[in-house]
Amino acid sequence: MEYSLQKMNEEKVFKDPVHRYVHVNDRVVWDLIDTKEFQRLRRIKQLGTTYLTFHGAEHSRFNHSLGVYEIVRRIVDGVFDGREKWNPKDRLLSLCAALLHDLGHGPFSHSFEKVFEMDHEMFTREIILGDTEVNEVLRRVNDDFPKEVAEVIAKTHANKLVVSLISSQLDADRMDYLLRDAYFTGVSYGQFDMERILRVVRPTEEQAVFKQSGMHAVEDYIMSRYQMYWQVYFHPVTRSAEVILTKILHRAKELYKKNYQFQHEPYHFNSLFTHTVTLRDYLKLDDAVMLYYFQQWEEEEDPILRDLCRRFNNRDLFQYVEFTPSNQEMKKLLKLTQLFAKANMDPDYYLVLDSSSDLPYDFYRPGEEEERVPIYLLSKKRELKELSRESDIVDAISGKRRTDHKLYFPADMLLDMSTFRAEKEEIKRILEWE
Amino acid sequence: MVLRDHARILSAIDAAGHIAGRKKLQKMIFISKKLQYPFHEKFEFHFYGPYSEELTLKIEELRNLGLIEELKEKENGCLQYDYSLTDAGYEFLTLYENGLDERLTLCLKELNEQPARFLELVSTVFFFDHLTKPEVIQKIAELKAKQNYSAEEIEEAFAYVGELMENNKPLSMHS
Repeated sequence: MEYSLQKMNEEKVFKDPVHRYVHVNDRVVWDLIDTKEFQRLRRIKQLGTTYLTFHGAEHSRFNHSLGVYEIVRRIVDGVFDGREKWNPKDRLLSLCAALLHDLGHGPFSHSFEKVFEMDHEMFTREIILGDTEVNEVLRRVNDDFPKEVAEVIAKTHANKLVVSLISSQLDADRMDYLLRDAYFTGVSYGQFDMERILRVVRPTEEQAVFKQSGMHAVEDYIMSRYQMYWQVYFHPVTRSAEVILTKILHRAKELYKKNYQFQHEPYHFNSLFTHTVTLRDYLKLDDAVMLYYFQQWEEEEDPILRDLCRRFNNRDLFQYVEFTPSNQEMKKLLKLTQLFAKANMDPDYYLVLDSSSDLPYDFYRPGEEEERVPIYLLSKKRELKELSRESDIVDAISGKRRTDHKLYFPADMLLDMSTFRAEKEEIKRILEWE
Repeated sequence: MVLRDHARILSAIDAAGHIAGRKKLQKMIFISKKLQYPFHEKFEFHFYGPYSEELTLKIEELRNLGLIEELKEKENGCLQYDYSLTDAGYEFLTLYENGLDERLTLCLKELNEQPARFLELVSTVFFFDHLTKPEVIQKIAELKAKQNYSAEEIEEAFAYVGELMENNKPLSMHS
């Protein structure tokens, strides 16, 4: 039998705290899960540094990827199957893209990508198209299949409906991560009625839409997303850990550039420092590798690298004050930068302005150069209506970006008055702290 | 340096004089990044081609800081935003930025003279630079069907990409 149609002898299931069970019937999906590149996702935490704030947040990208696959499986097999506008030939493509959508994520991706100027999307594509076990499985379906899967994930596939299942303002990726992250962090904000949403989702040529009768479940999802961003993803303590992590990587890179002799050779990082990283190098990286180096670097002679690693490992994080950008505040920031330098606290590492921003939902503005696809509701008369025009609740937050800026610094250093007392007093005065 | 990337965007707008339209601004920065000039915003493929949420956010922040002016104008029935520096923006730049690479300044001026529709096509060609030419043309047909680009326009875009790459060959590592 053709490989793409092969089923398992009996259904395989993964026990899952969010979906209860993740069901696998397709041989292709089972084989993909078994590849070393997919198994690597077990070793990368879904929420990076969030575990330092919410101790339950130890779940992995592997959990989440299976979850996204399960949601798409339920949509295509349980709802779309047999409906007009749904081509069953797109089923396997949708399942594989859902399963593999995060394949290229590295450890602590956000900081990692920023410091080493790379993006996980590129590695997702390379893993799918390169000389890998994943590619080998996908090619067994047909020679073009890896390319198609990569295009769905990159949002460049011509089939917009399939793309929308994985990347849109209401997609399987977001639904899974909200529910899963809420479950593992232990917060109650991320809950919404996914079962209801899955019952009302319908295929159209351009994208998945939702029956108007399910509008309140969709509203609930938007509000959950809003809450999760501000209560969990942008939590200031998590951000503080992220700031330190980013600075560790910056420092290590800087030292490497200056030919600093590391006591413990940063073997795994060398090609990252020189921007010559290969897929093979990249796939060797995971959370454990990063944390191993952070342990080792606590013993380094460089005081900044040593100190930052100690802070991260022991959760001795930076303190913060709110910062509202204005020209006046920027002048204060310049003054602070000078004072930090004078007080022997390198401002490149010990004074950090961090911004978080989220746009909970964006709508279509006629005539404007809009970039986001809105969520559409399908009325009983088969008309499509944009969500914010029907829902007062969503309308209230539509198109409104909330941005938050904080200035991070090491409180303990400022409180140590044994050196640079005058400068530190001045810093505290400007920061309006303590 | 704090807000280094913001300062660089500000310098880019300054170099261009003023930039008519969000789409144009997005494409100009994307193309410059592709030419290996030091912009660090992350781009993904959206309707109008490569688009960066991070860049949108920085523009909003620069506007909130009062460093750029965003004038809403109506152009061919569409709302369009025109960006230029305010006095505070110029003052900010004197505090923060040492100025852009001269070649980048020239490149931005040159890009700014092109229509947004053409830059959309050019940036799409750049976005798919890992594909063969026939594959890129196929992608344009699939993803940009509504724009209805002619074969001549597509050829022109390929030629323009070649010209940009020739004129903006990386000298060494940009700062």
